[in-house]
Amino acid sequence: MDSQTIIEALTPVVPGAAYEAAASVDVPTIYVRADQLLQTCTALRDTPALRFNVLVEVTCADYHPRDPRFELVYHFLSIPHKHRVRLKVRAAEQTPVPTIQQLWPAAGWLEREVWDMFGVIFDGHPDLRRLLMPEDWEGHPQRKDYPVQIRKAAQTYEPLEISEAEFKANMERDRVKRTTH
Amino acid sequence: MTTPADHTHGLDPELPLLTTTVEKLVQWARRSAIWPAQFGLACCAIEMMAMAASRYDIARFGAEVFRGSPRQSDLMIVAGRLSRKMAPAMRRVYDQMPEPKWVISMGACASVGGVFDNYAIVQGVDQVVPVDVYVPGCPPRPESLIYGIVQLQQKISRSRP
Amino acid sequence: MAELRTETMTVNMGPQHPSTHGVLRLVLELDGEVIKSITPTIGYLHTGIEKTAEQKKWQQVVPLVERMDYLGAQSNSLAYVLGVERLLGLEMPQRVQDIRVCLVELQRLASHLLWIGTHAMEIGAVSMLFYAVRERELIMNINELVAGFRFFPSYFRVGGLREDLPRGFHEAVNAFLDRFPAKIDEFEGLLSKNDVFMRRTQGVGVVSQEDALAWGLLGPIARAAGSDYDVRKYFPYCGYETYDFDIPTATEGDVYARYRVRVQEMRESVKITRQAIKRITPNGAWACDDTRVVPPPKDKVYTEMEALIQHFLIYSQGFTVPAGDVYVPVEGPRGEHGCYIVSDGTNRPWRVKMRAPSFMAIQALPAMVQGGLIADVVAVIGSTDVVMGDCDR
Repeated sequence: MDSQTIIEALTPVVPGAAYEAAASVDVPTIYVRADQLLQTCTALRDTPALRFNVLVEVTCADYHPRDPRFELVYHFLSIPHKHRVRLKVRAAEQTPVPTIQQLWPAAGWLEREVWDMFGVIFDGHPDLRRLLMPEDWEGHPQRKDYPVQIRKAAQTYEPLEISEAEFKANMERDRVKRTTH
Repeated sequence: MTTPADHTHGLDPELPLLTTTVEKLVQWARRSAIWPAQFGLACCAIEMMAMAASRYDIARFGAEVFRGSPRQSDLMIVAGRLSRKMAPAMRRVYDQMPEPKWVISMGACASVGGVFDNYAIVQGVDQVVPVDVYVPGCPPRPESLIYGIVQLQQKISRSRP
Repeated sequence: MAELRTETMTVNMGPQHPSTHGVLRLVLELDGEVIKSITPTIGYLHTGIEKTAEQKKWQQVVPLVERMDYLGAQSNSLAYVLGVERLLGLEMPQRVQDIRVCLVELQRLASHLLWIGTHAMEIGAVSMLFYAVRERELIMNINELVAGFRFFPSYFRVGGLREDLPRGFHEAVNAFLDRFPAKIDEFEGLLSKNDVFMRRTQGVGVVSQEDALAWGLLGPIARAAGSDYDVRKYFPYCGYETYDFDIPTATEGDVYARYRVRVQEMRESVKITRQAIKRITPNGAWACDDTRVVPPPKDKVYTEMEALIQHFLIYSQGFTVPAGDVYVPVEGPRGEHGCYIVSDGTNRPWRVKMRAPSFMAIQALPAMVQGGLIADVVAVIGSTDVVMGDCDR
């Protein structure tokens, strides 16, 4: 199957679709607009001729001086038909991209990682927070304008200390009342 | 060639006695039974497991068992790359170990950051815990790590308890 | 009668834990011993390999990528090297492909051996670790013979291999293959009919085939649930279509089924390695002919000017790869390892992303463990064979 065949299979199912086939050395590649992503993915999964039932990867590449700077890349695999496809979505920094987590639960952490590393916002994602970096990290490390090495001392926190009075007060507060009835 | 008469200190040479100092005895006990805490982070942990297995048996050097809990161990072998997210957890584990405690930094990543000179890896665990022995390699062969442990044993016997 | 407080207890299975296969943090909410919810936190081994790879030349990325999934190291470097070769449009000679298959299957055996050792150890059969590591040492010896390094040989390079096979390779591999199948029987004799092992693993961590595919779990987990997807059969690479082997599957989808699938995979790997080692000639081509990518032999470098210039260019500024992107999947010990590479036409990669099967497995962990006991968590994590270096990259 090449990109043209897949586009022809998708166009009747997704109204108003504007797809662009891209040249590639291995799998058919199609550029999709961000607002048509959800319908396209539903069509890819449910159309009998396509049946892409596995989401293999969601990733992103940052082409920084170019605008729009991000290009989200989705890889799908169809086990019944033995073929693969790659979808690409161009996104600028503030463009919200719809999440496909309701179609494939695998997308949950994959999109979270893209947010953590690149800062692409996924609309409707239930849990968009830091995954690989510490929770209080600032910045999105895999962007091209983020340095490879930051000279910062390792941060550890002070051990938890509690005074004797507080310890005794906690014990009294939690003591269970025993009575005889 | 010394005769038994030289070492008797005036006692009967047939008596089965051994004399030493308290410090030497204590340091001998400490270095002969160093029990490491399990702190394998990455690839070096697999080499550490290979060292504990049958071919490069570490039990013959006294490290009989790898304790799961840091509160029951003497040695922390930091095996693997320490990321910034893990640094507070590692300091917490180190603080939980009772004295006397030692740290071996195993591998290039634990010693200086290794191949990974970037935002995510602490460039040397000695920024977080004090290290006694550094073992280079990526990962170090089990024999290198055993050499590191033997060096640590010699360091313990040289130091005061 | 004193009031009994019934509430759930939150327990932290922290990053430093004997049974979590690396630094994984699980926050368990427990009702007695039954798990009400489980929240995994990863990132404690995040190494920024992908960002570092953008600073290196194409050939220098190979050792970096090997350290991601540190048990199946050569699968990672194979995926990367195949991707770059696809972008360059290089065809490898048959001998190089056979050597690659042989070494990758040995790496799969090494990874499965460590898996069975640690999995059984965590379930309670502690001596399995020593049995398994003993066999693994023989594979490490073969790695050391070939490339001088036990763990991360960096033997696969863009354009072929690093150098030709040493003398003694065939003897070492054949000696290992003659000894090993009896050992697999020994491992099965220790575990397969063991009552404790069966009770700890049967019916635990069940995942159906649709769920496995929806969570993106390909590899032994999907095959234990009934799927027969294996990259080596569906999208063959490195000449796998010319080898004769089967794909073991099971239908129950529990921990015991994954154990059986992996043990059978070890036998199939032995079969493939036997076929591969018969095809490999002791001397011959160890790289393709493209002089832009493969450094010329040393005697030519010292005598011919073009060879000297070629050698200098390759080692100082590296070769350039045409612009484009590629995704090459490879069947690693954990599932589908793939490398998505973007090139902008220069001598350094623009983006390198590895698809991590352990990442998908930990994401699916709450779904697999739902309603089980704490002991089941340990069994399930062991059966998914997660490696945190692969998960966090």
